[in-house]
Amino acid sequence: MGAYLVRRLLLMALTLFGMSILIFVMLRLVPGNIADILVDAAGIADSKEKAKITHELGLDLPIIEQYGQWIGGLSRGDLGFAYVSERPAIEEIAPRIPISAKLAGMALFFAIIIGVPFGVISAVRQNTPLDYFLRVLSLSGLSLPSFWLGLLVLMAAVNWFGTIPIYSNEPRGLLQEFGLLAIPAAVVGFRSSALIMRLTRSSMLEVMRQDYIRTARSKGASQMSVNYDHALRNALLPVVTVIGIEAAFLVGGLIVTETVFNIPGVARFLVEAIRWRDYPIVQNLVMLIAFVVVTVNFLVDMAYMALDPRIKFAD
Amino acid sequence: MAVINHDAELARAGANVTGWWSRILFFARRYPLGAVGAVIVLVFVLTAVFANVIAPMDPTTTDAKASLARPGGVFWLGADFMGRDMYSRIVFGARISLAVGLGATLAGGILGVSIGLMSGYLGGTVDLLTQRLMDIMQSLPLLVMALVMAAALGPSLENTIIAIAIPLVPSVARVVRSSTLSLREQPFVEAARAVGMGEVRIAVRHVLPNTLAPLIVLGTAQLGSAILVEASLSFLGLGIPEPYPSWGRMLSESAAEYVRTAPWLVIFPGVAISMTVFGTNLLGDALRDILDPRQRS
Repeated sequence: MGAYLVRRLLLMALTLFGMSILIFVMLRLVPGNIADILVDAAGIADSKEKAKITHELGLDLPIIEQYGQWIGGLSRGDLGFAYVSERPAIEEIAPRIPISAKLAGMALFFAIIIGVPFGVISAVRQNTPLDYFLRVLSLSGLSLPSFWLGLLVLMAAVNWFGTIPIYSNEPRGLLQEFGLLAIPAAVVGFRSSALIMRLTRSSMLEVMRQDYIRTARSKGASQMSVNYDHALRNALLPVVTVIGIEAAFLVGGLIVTETVFNIPGVARFLVEAIRWRDYPIVQNLVMLIAFVVVTVNFLVDMAYMALDPRIKFAD
Repeated sequence: MAVINHDAELARAGANVTGWWSRILFFARRYPLGAVGAVIVLVFVLTAVFANVIAPMDPTTTDAKASLARPGGVFWLGADFMGRDMYSRIVFGARISLAVGLGATLAGGILGVSIGLMSGYLGGTVDLLTQRLMDIMQSLPLLVMALVMAAALGPSLENTIIAIAIPLVPSVARVVRSSTLSLREQPFVEAARAVGMGEVRIAVRHVLPNTLAPLIVLGTAQLGSAILVEASLSFLGLGIPEPYPSWGRMLSESAAEYVRTAPWLVIFPGVAISMTVFGTNLLGDALRDILDPRQRS
């Protein structure tokens, strides 16, 4: 077990190191850098001015040296300076993390409380009209682009209430913040709930065919007890994996939803930084996302081991 | 004692099905949702192929007088703020979605198959290195990876296809690799080697065809994802550039400004994206049931 943990942690570090190289090189392939954009925006066509900006930002250094500076800083907790705001990148990124984290947490909460019960109902009522309806509903959840769903919600809000609940920087109290984040969170969580529902259904169907379920029925256990106490507990194992993966991959949904609802989280900030070629922000945000993904994957594997005593990872 | 009606059972299992038309009818009856998906995908493909015949107007021609025209009359689905016909733009948008969806899925598929086959068949250091590379690529969500790739390559049709294709590679490579690992130990591979066949030929002629079933299932799912990612990238302004009529771009931030005054700008392109992806998902589910019975729901 100990050796397995060490190996996993080393692999995580290796993956993050590889990602840092990949993202660094990819960003340097981008045609035009921040100096071009700043010079264009200022309406100056002076090559000396451009060279000065390039030098000040350290973009004229060899790429390996630039990489070394970034990673060296990262290991000391120094993320560098944002090009656009000229403030330390950490000051730009840190306040946005809790906003996205709350949104993602609420989205996942919605996804689970909708996905798991409906998945169970769909499996228990297999091949009935209700099952067909829920299956089509879950497939439509996977087919609807989050940003479109967001726009439809905005449209409905404008039509019915004449206004749109806009995220303000400092919501007054927890309740108001909950109110402002609930709708975007439901929009992001809809897709994940569809995925969780589909997986819960197929996992339940698999478990319901097992002998021990027949035994539970024959000894007179109620339908409710068979479904929830006996079947669901075992069917939830693969669902836990998907919940974990979705938790990490919600970022994709957050990017477009934060843009639609104008929420100042990290996901929308990433798109803005990409548009501005703000390398320090983009590379640090990408590393943050990659870190969350590999950590969640690791935690899911650990949870799997805790939930299923049959699984033991060999040293 | 239960009496088995052999004829009815044989008919139910499709044993009497001959000819391609009756085969289609048999599958349509057995997988009605899949048949609906196949029809939607067929309509999508035909719309894309015959866009210039179906669309009544040029999708890029602007008309200041028709700005934000309501649906009806000459503009069936209304016009955008530049007076361009929405119906024609949606019809031509199918072409963009098909080109990007199919292009990215095929490109990602070919690259993924090559890497997966090489990794699983050769094993050892090659396998170890490629798997670590796949780990790195999979540590970012599909849209984030595509976003960074799209920004690195610059906005164009070809670059959008590449930006979406690359993040699709790892899942294809993983599926092919795991099939290859078990297939390479099979007696028919040993037999091919015994008669003096070269390793590359064995991999391509004998191992690859046996990995096709899960690949087709994965490919259909990826087609839907690729269309969604293209729409998201274009929505964020990092995908297909103007004046190409991309469904996602039609819904971009400018459309949000017209939520109150011109809701048709928001509704119709979204319906087009959702219906197409819904069709590919339905078809994908049916194909999985047919081709990969172990995962049958």
